[in-house]
Amino acid sequence: MSLERPSAVAGAEGEDPAAPDSVVAAHALDRRTRAAARTHLLRAGGLLVLLAALLFCAMLSVAVGAKDIPLPVVWDAVWNPDGGYDTSVVWELRLPRTVLGVFVGAALGLAGALMQGLTRNPIAEPGILGVNSGAAAAVVVAIFVFGLTSPTAYVWFGFAGAAVAAVLVYALGSRGRAGATPVRLALAGTALAAVLQGFVYGITVLNEFVFDQIRFWQVGSLVGRDLELFARIWPFLAVGIVLALALGPALNTIALGEDLAAALGAHINRTRALVALAIVLLCGGATAAAGPIWFVGLIVPHVARSMTGPDQRWLLPYSALLAAILLTGADIVGRVLPATGELEVGIITALVGAPVFIMLVRRRRMAQL
Amino acid sequence: MTLTPARARGAGTGAQDTAAGGRRTRPAPVLRLAGGRVSVMVRPRVAAVYTGLLAATAAVFAVSLAVGDYTIALDRVLWALVGYGERLDLFFVRDVRLPRALAAVLVGAALGIAGAVFQSLSRNPLGSPDIIGFTGGASAGAVAVILVLGGSTLQVSLGAIVGGVATAGLVYLLALKRGVQGYRLVLVGIGINAMLLSVRDYLMTRAELTEAMTAQVWMIGSLNGTAWGQALTIAASCAVLMPVVLLLGRRLRLMEMGDSTAQALGVPVGCTQVAALLAASALTGAAIAVAGPIAFIALAAPQLVRRLARTSGTALMGAALMGALLLSAADLVAQRALAPTQLPVGVVTAVIGGSYLVWVLYREWRTGNA
Repeated sequence: MSLERPSAVAGAEGEDPAAPDSVVAAHALDRRTRAAARTHLLRAGGLLVLLAALLFCAMLSVAVGAKDIPLPVVWDAVWNPDGGYDTSVVWELRLPRTVLGVFVGAALGLAGALMQGLTRNPIAEPGILGVNSGAAAAVVVAIFVFGLTSPTAYVWFGFAGAAVAAVLVYALGSRGRAGATPVRLALAGTALAAVLQGFVYGITVLNEFVFDQIRFWQVGSLVGRDLELFARIWPFLAVGIVLALALGPALNTIALGEDLAAALGAHINRTRALVALAIVLLCGGATAAAGPIWFVGLIVPHVARSMTGPDQRWLLPYSALLAAILLTGADIVGRVLPATGELEVGIITALVGAPVFIMLVRRRRMAQL
Repeated sequence: MTLTPARARGAGTGAQDTAAGGRRTRPAPVLRLAGGRVSVMVRPRVAAVYTGLLAATAAVFAVSLAVGDYTIALDRVLWALVGYGERLDLFFVRDVRLPRALAAVLVGAALGIAGAVFQSLSRNPLGSPDIIGFTGGASAGAVAVILVLGGSTLQVSLGAIVGGVATAGLVYLLALKRGVQGYRLVLVGIGINAMLLSVRDYLMTRAELTEAMTAQVWMIGSLNGTAWGQALTIAASCAVLMPVVLLLGRRLRLMEMGDSTAQALGVPVGCTQVAALLAASALTGAAIAVAGPIAFIALAAPQLVRRLARTSGTALMGAALMGALLLSAADLVAQRALAPTQLPVGVVTAVIGGSYLVWVLYREWRTGNA
């Protein structure tokens, strides 16, 4: 089932206590309807602005780098590839990296928003719930046991590790009658992450080769990820993104509280299972593709919430776009800022994300979702 | 001296109720001395748990003096401790194994009690030094000293302490806004921590492999090759700081009921917070200086002892005992598991401690408790 006007919008306005035939009440109702319509228009406009900003970032990301390529040339190279140097830079290096950044960013933003919405836990984030550690442990196995040496080779290990960790943490956290409370999930995630981290440490101390590989993987980066890797991972990310966006109304209903949602006829368990599936696809795909990128999934939904309020139907697309902008933007900054070499995108997002996050924490009461 | 029933203490916040189980309902008898000025709640279960922890720690301590590539019988260990026996026995027991075993017990106790303070202040079972940025700050500081400055062991420890204390202070200041609320402290800590870890990982990618490897071992936390100097450092720190923390314990428990309630009961909330935070930070700093940022002890020890003793509030002494047992046992395993290769103890604390916590959570939640 779905509610047409669930919690956030309808709930905020509440029931009209006045008599239905009262002229004053009718006026008030009319005013409120118009206000709601205006809000919707505003939010839709905001979405368009964000989309434009993302497009701009993506074009910039293709244009800027060790060799700057003017935007018109980029445009030309994209639509009429002529086999020249610029074209090959655009097609073989910059475009895959940019598209990967957009997909991974959107996936992380959505995964964070879904986790926070499902668990009503303001600190829910892929990394905190053990997903990054699961991927890292699986990648270590790939390097140590199977001798694989490139992100493209161990992408499935990363995916499987992230997925298994996410499922385990959620299964552990939601046992018993009380279900998956914030504290439980965070504790379960911390416990599992500790085990996996210990395993990773153990192997890296015993084996220098594994350490040398994993230290580059674990900063989180879009560099050196080729088209082949993207071809393997994008279907998972795409399905996850579509599924996540479709789950907005159902999440809105769950946000009313479990008892009320059940009374309204919502399929709580089905929704939870679908949300969990989407989270696994998104986190697993993003982490397998780019390594553990902290923070995007944590802060972006908070920023989005400050723009849209708690309505998941708006919060989810805003989170996806904002996170994609953040990730491509951070990747550009990492290419332009340092005098020599590049800064990995995972480092930039952490350096940029932390102050923003702390500002948000100080400004509003975050514990209430 | 009288024994009177007292009302069972209600825990502070929902988070802690969840973690502790909140099963205690029977009132506990109270032992009052000196006309009621000093009173101790007598709880048989707590007393039994503490005694058990103490005995287990002593047993692990004795075993770790005895076993190794050169095994020494327990009676000869005892003789060597008081200065008699073969020269080799004396050397291994007194110069090699005793400082390490002592350091393991004391570092564990320091981490455990500091973890309890941090969790109490943040009113969150995750509010351990690991989460609120202290450990991240310490390892970033140390890794920076190792990789950028190429410093000595002493300088590395110094870098760790400066990094840890500066980070904890920064987190506290940033969380400060009409008092420090638990959730904000944890969230700010997570933010700063993520930033520091990424700086640390960045430094790791830019370093030579061998140097990065050294930094990695340090970062995991290890007691390998601990000498008397380090053991005495942590002993002195514990001797000075632990009494301070224990004296603050009663106020901390009152503050778990809420800052305003505690204020109304006459607790100077701000002062207590600052004093407790400083003492706990210094203890963690000393532990890190000796052994590196060993994960999980500070997080798990307070939780485990609460589950065992079924207390609802913070149990500072219990957390210290539990931390001592956990770390000394983990160090014994780290020495012997893959002998002659010695693992850093941080690997063991993470794997065993984490597995145990997973198991505890699994059991508790299946039965519907907590």
